Amino acid sequence: MCDQTFLVNVFGSCDKCFKQRALRPVFKKSQQLSYCSTCAEIMATEGLRENETLASLKSEAESLKGKLEEERAKLHDVELHQVAERVEALGQFVMKTRRTLKGHGNKVLCMDWCKDKRRIVSSSQDGKVIVWDSFTTNKEHAVTMPCTWVMACAYAPSGCAIACGGLDNKCSVYPLTFDKNENMAAKKKSVAMHTNYLSACSFTNSDMQILTASGDGTCALWDVESGQLLQSFHGHGADVLCLDLAPSETGNTFVSGGCDKKAMVWDMRSGQCVQAFETHESDINSVRYYPSGDAFASGSDDATCRLYDLRADREVAIYSKESIIFGASSVDFSLSGRLLFAGYNDYTINVWDVLKGSRVSILFGHENRVSTLRVSPDGTAFCSGSWDHTLRVWA
Amino acid sequence: MAAGPARPPGRPRAQMPHLRKMERVVVSMQDPDQGVKMRSQRLLVTVIPHAVTGRDVVQWLAQKFCVSEEEALHLGAVLVLHGYIYPLRDPRSLVLRPDDTPYRFQTPYFWTSTLWPAAELDYAIYLAKKNIQKQGALVDYEKECYDQLHKKISHAWDLVLMQAREQLRAAKQRRKGDRLVIACQEQTYWLVNRPPPGAPSVLEQGPERGSRTASHVHMTKSADFYKREIEYCRRALGRTRVKSSVCLEAYLSFCGQRGPHDPLVSGCLPSNPWISDDDAYWVMNAPMVAAPTKLRVERWGFSFRELLEDPMGRAQFMDFLGKEFSGENLSFWEACEELRYGAQAQVPTLVDAVYQQFLAPGAARWINIDSRTMERTLEGLRQPHHYVLDDAQLHIYTLMKKDSYPRFLKSDMYRGLLAEAGVLLDTKRRVFPFTRRPRRSSPSPALLPTPVEPTAASGPAGGNGVA
Repeated sequence: MCDQTFLVNVFGSCDKCFKQRALRPVFKKSQQLSYCSTCAEIMATEGLRENETLASLKSEAESLKGKLEEERAKLHDVELHQVAERVEALGQFVMKTRRTLKGHGNKVLCMDWCKDKRRIVSSSQDGKVIVWDSFTTNKEHAVTMPCTWVMACAYAPSGCAIACGGLDNKCSVYPLTFDKNENMAAKKKSVAMHTNYLSACSFTNSDMQILTASGDGTCALWDVESGQLLQSFHGHGADVLCLDLAPSETGNTFVSGGCDKKAMVWDMRSGQCVQAFETHESDINSVRYYPSGDAFASGSDDATCRLYDLRADREVAIYSKESIIFGASSVDFSLSGRLLFAGYNDYTINVWDVLKGSRVSILFGHENRVSTLRVSPDGTAFCSGSWDHTLRVWA
Repeated sequence: MAAGPARPPGRPRAQMPHLRKMERVVVSMQDPDQGVKMRSQRLLVTVIPHAVTGRDVVQWLAQKFCVSEEEALHLGAVLVLHGYIYPLRDPRSLVLRPDDTPYRFQTPYFWTSTLWPAAELDYAIYLAKKNIQKQGALVDYEKECYDQLHKKISHAWDLVLMQAREQLRAAKQRRKGDRLVIACQEQTYWLVNRPPPGAPSVLEQGPERGSRTASHVHMTKSADFYKREIEYCRRALGRTRVKSSVCLEAYLSFCGQRGPHDPLVSGCLPSNPWISDDDAYWVMNAPMVAAPTKLRVERWGFSFRELLEDPMGRAQFMDFLGKEFSGENLSFWEACEELRYGAQAQVPTLVDAVYQQFLAPGAARWINIDSRTMERTLEGLRQPHHYVLDDAQLHIYTLMKKDSYPRFLKSDMYRGLLAEAGVLLDTKRRVFPFTRRPRRSSPSPALLPTPVEPTAASGPAGGNGVA
């Protein structure tokens, strides 16, 4: 007795060539179609070609990347610490906590300075956003967001509004008011809408535009008044965790860092990625421009901070030490760019000499990880926020 | 249940690189030759082998990493906090004492990096064991957890008690020393995974990251991704690069020039407000003052951008340009900035105003740009957007920077300001350094009325900064 394979012959018009033929079921991208045998064969060979193209594209990309690295290396004729040998070493640094701001009931996640050099806004895990006069340690405003983990907050350049967002996937702008009868939450304006958590936000040169970074892998520029999306920036392969606007004369670029270990420099006008750097070994938690705008520093979970030069198009310095095991969550430069302050997840703050590459000082005081760190606009102090519910101003 | 959100099971180790690094440190600490000196510790009647003292741990760390004792103590404390080293005598708190207190290294079975989901059932069994072994051994928060668990998994409670009794019976078979060690190890494990209220949970990592990487895996392998990469590489290869030596020298000169102006590096006169509680420094450096400080006037000479960013500097420059009858350049630049960063809704009106004032033939403040740029700009004005005036703005900016700015720096006006701004005297050393000055509060920028005119000469900050 022979095996009887039953073949169901369906006659009809082929989905591809529309001729009346015997049809076979065919699956294309999980969609079932009916092709005649000729078209089915053609499709099989097409698929093969597609795969070949993918492989050749991949190898082309790899070879170009290799060439790019070669070109970058050609112009690298000296290391930073060699050039910095003739610079005078910095003296002993004594920095202490000058103010402790207590008032958050939960982990402080983000903070930003006002242009008046003394006010700050800070946000925490329980949804509270507080505006302080950190010189007197008075709280001036407080608002509770309808979500937890407010991971981003920013002060408007005019000092009249703040922006914040987090797990609600949005960035909201609150105008600051001293009117007792007005509820700050009532005037809230929802500006940005992302499809995942908001990790960072920053006003551009005015109160009218906001730049945001999100866990959905994109950055975006928004018009505050209308909430309109002005430009979006795609290119990161994973969550974007931080961003910083360039202090350049033409004021057109910003840098972002993400979980794909890449730091990317973007042109705000066109939405294109202008430069990308991929030397970190883990998530990049924080990026900050060097005051001249020609370079930027990044802090990452791989326990190193790195300096990338934009004109040389490469990494030029690594700030790391064997005894530093925990990731750097936040970095910022002093006014002259000589010092780099970095807050780490092991509750400490390390101060690095940017030119010599050595660590100048280590600051203890926080009782849980340091989540955010910013130098004041006139460089007289820096403020650190921590998961121990407090903020400290150091000078 | 105590602190910390539940971690998703099977969280990739790659996301916690610090755990692996800590393990490497701990392994090298146990090296028989190079590691910390081990000794047998006597606890009452039992002798526990392979114990180390807190002091030895700190000293070893200080020597190995060439750091101060304070830092070594901190590093050691972090290792203890993560459960890699546990105290033998007082296993309730994970603290490193730099004295003779005995410690031991945690067995890899209980290492934090294994990231076993510390299940409720296991915790219940552990608490039950403690409870059975010695009445009143459970601390307050443990008692609470015990009761909560009892309610939650009451259906499996028999299993819990049975397991607890079995484990206790099996433990009795062991030597007293081993029993003690295992009890300490287990206690440490649970202190890390179920910290008492108030203690930081070292396992908490914040909101989950890279939750989209799974979907991105498919994206990264597509032809589009590689095409974009190739395009980016091609563009990057075509870019001009600068030699490292040139770039790095630039840092040296930048830091050198700005060093004296950096309060954290060189201090500031009369005093740093945060240190002395005196805000005189801010009063003297307010955005608009009658007499700018010498350092500030010096900064205007560093770069054109610095000059424009300082409201006083910009005002002075505007005066200077007025004398040269080229003030419209700066006004035009300011109007362009306003267009670039203004509200989307204002774009048409702003563009129109700029055209009327600066670009239209016969305009009141007509700016002098080359015909090609003017043509391109006027063409672009048909479809106004934020960046429509970029070309013209760059042209005027470059003109001011290369021509008017150097002349400003050589002018009598600037030289005069520089000479007038005397060097500040240091505040007299206080005889009683502990007298606290009352800290003056300042009015919030949010209280001041915002400027109304769109093309006013004030900077983007609106000149609202206050002492």
